[in-house]
Amino acid sequence: MITIANAQLWVHDQDEALAFYTEKVGLEVRADVTLPEMGGFRWLTVGPAGQPDMAIVLMPVPGPPLMDDDSAGQVRALMAKGYAGTIFLATDDCWASYEELTGRGVEFVETPEERPYGIDSGFRDPSGNHLRLTQVRDLATL
Amino acid sequence: MAFVPPARHLLRAKDLADARYAEPLGVEDLARAAGLSRAHFSRAFRAAFGEPPHVYLLTRRLERAAALLRTTDHAVADICFSVGLKSLGSFTTSFTRTYGMPPAAYRAAFPPAADRALVPTCVLRAYGRPQRRTFGEDSSRAPV
Repeated sequence: MITIANAQLWVHDQDEALAFYTEKVGLEVRADVTLPEMGGFRWLTVGPAGQPDMAIVLMPVPGPPLMDDDSAGQVRALMAKGYAGTIFLATDDCWASYEELTGRGVEFVETPEERPYGIDSGFRDPSGNHLRLTQVRDLATL
Repeated sequence: MAFVPPARHLLRAKDLADARYAEPLGVEDLARAAGLSRAHFSRAFRAAFGEPPHVYLLTRRLERAAALLRTTDHAVADICFSVGLKSLGSFTTSFTRTYGMPPAAYRAAFPPAADRALVPTCVLRAYGRPQRRTFGEDSSRAPV
């Protein structure tokens, strides 16, 4: 059986992303490991409390030799334009989650709306990544 | 402090167009959201996203109008005003140029909403937005 373990987002700044995903979105830290022997590379993952086998890797845009400066600049430019990452989050109460996150300072780009598949909303993280927050409808009720 | 490329500010304007297209929103409002002068904003937006902001806003409105034609039985005039456009005549003209047929014919060409797969609306919004190849709203050129 194959399951999904990690999904990755590029982030501008890992401290900023960590604060956003833990303090504002309410995820928990899964791993926060800095490797001096790897030039200080920091492996940082966060995930939802109720889903211990799934995490989001908050990856800084690397420099040479892994990624040349020109490519890194292109990745940063794509992030700034909102083209570099999307994660779909699920909630059992979209309006309650919306109120909770808004209260912690998350700015939504789409407030919750009724859709054929459920109640859907969307926000961005500080790096410009697009996060959906959806209360999926029980298809049996359609 | 993280380095944030200038386009991050332009993304705020693009998000604003996506979120509040139904309101009387213009390029001035988008420029303000990005913190730039109108002329500078239009150039910078076009450089970042490949089209000028007024075209982005218009195609977003046309995309939403097309979605409402497919998924509701609202009157064409109501749909025009509910997506933030002010003139039914120019709506019909730009819709016809963009989709190759007038709004009522477009509606008739699609099956009822219940037949549609449950694809997230954000995906439909992104992939369903038409590409505008002409500028002026009242140009009489046929679709390219």
